[in-house]
Amino acid sequence: MQFFGGSSVAEIAPSPAAPPGTATGLAGNNANMLYIFNRSGVCLLYREWHRPLHTLDPQQDQKLMFGLLFSLRSFTAKMDPTSVDKGNLGVPLLPGQGCSFYSFRTNTYKLSFMECPSGIKIILVTHPKTGDMREPLRYIYNIYVEYVIKNPLYVHGSPIKCELFNTNLDQYVKTLV
Amino acid sequence: MAPLAPRTGDAVFANVERVNAELFTLTYGAIVRQLLTDLEEVEEVNKQLDQMGYNIGVRLIDEFLAKSNVSRCIDFRETADVIAKVGFKMFLGVTASVTNWDPEGTSCSLVLEDNPLVDFVELPDTCQGLYYCNILSGVIRGALEMVSMKTEVTWVRDMLHGDDACELRVKLLKQVPEEYPYKDDD
Repeated sequence: MQFFGGSSVAEIAPSPAAPPGTATGLAGNNANMLYIFNRSGVCLLYREWHRPLHTLDPQQDQKLMFGLLFSLRSFTAKMDPTSVDKGNLGVPLLPGQGCSFYSFRTNTYKLSFMECPSGIKIILVTHPKTGDMREPLRYIYNIYVEYVIKNPLYVHGSPIKCELFNTNLDQYVKTLV
Repeated sequence: MAPLAPRTGDAVFANVERVNAELFTLTYGAIVRQLLTDLEEVEEVNKQLDQMGYNIGVRLIDEFLAKSNVSRCIDFRETADVIAKVGFKMFLGVTASVTNWDPEGTSCSLVLEDNPLVDFVELPDTCQGLYYCNILSGVIRGALEMVSMKTEVTWVRDMLHGDDACELRVKLLKQVPEEYPYKDDD
C-alpha cells in the first residue's frame, strides 16, 4: 500500500504544519511565483517560492502565462470605454499602447503585472489578500536593472542566471505584505 | 495616478553615482585609440563604435526607464524631447536641444553645444573620416529599438570637424508592434 508509505503520511495528517515558504497571507510568506518575460516572449526568469501544484511542464506553463497576458491586454484595450481609437481584437499593440491591466484577483491568488515600454514584463503571483503590487513590481524592475542589465557578462535576452539577483529578489519578496 | 514624467533629467542626475568627468573622457579616448590601433581602418572603427553603442543602448534603456519614471511617449516628438532633456542629462550630464523637424515629424536633429566626450580631442590628418563620438548614435539607435522604434542616426555636424556644435540627425524609420511570438504548432 504505497498510499501509506513514505512522505505521503505527512500530507494525510489532519493539520499539517505549513512548510516554509507557504503563502499564508502573513508578512514574509506572500509570494508564490514570479515570471519575467522580454519583448520577444522569452521567459528570462521563472522563480517559485510556493507552488504545491504543477500541472504542466515548465515550458508549456510559461507559454500559457505569456499567452494569457497577451490576450488579456488585448481584451482590456478593446473594452476601454474612454479611448477613441482602438485596434481590432488580436491586432498587435505597441508595448504600453492602449490601456493595460495591472492585476487580477481570484479566490486563491492575485496576479500582478507590469510592462515597461521596453517590453519587459514582470508577473508576480501572490496571496489574494496582498495589497497594491505596482510599487513592488517597479522595485523588482530596479533590482533587475542593477543586477542583471548592469552585469557585463549577462547576454542580453538570455535566461537570467545571476545569483546576486536571485538573492536580492528573495530577500525583497519576503518583505511583501 | 502614475507619477508625472520628469521634464528634465536634473533630479535623476543629482541622485545617481557619478565618476570623475576626466576619467570618463580619457577612458573613452583610450577605447577609441585602441580601436584605431586594432582595426587600422577608420571606417571600421566607426562601425565598431556604432556597434558598441548599440549594445550599450539596448541595456541602457532599461536603466533609463527604471530610474527616470518616464512612461510611454505619445509621439516621436515627445520621444526626441525626452532623449534630449532627460536621457542626455542622466547619462552625460549635458542637455541637448531638438531642432530642424521635418514636416511629418519623423526626423529631427539633436544638437549638443557641449560634448564631454571630445574635451581633449583633436583629429589628426590621418583620421579625418572618424566619427569620434559614433558610440552616441549607436546608443540612441539601440535604446529606441528596444522601445519599438527603428531609427537611423547620422552625424550632421561635429565639433572635431570644425563645426560649432555636435548635431545628430535621428530619423524614425518605422514602429514595430509587438507580435505574438509563438506559433500554434510549437
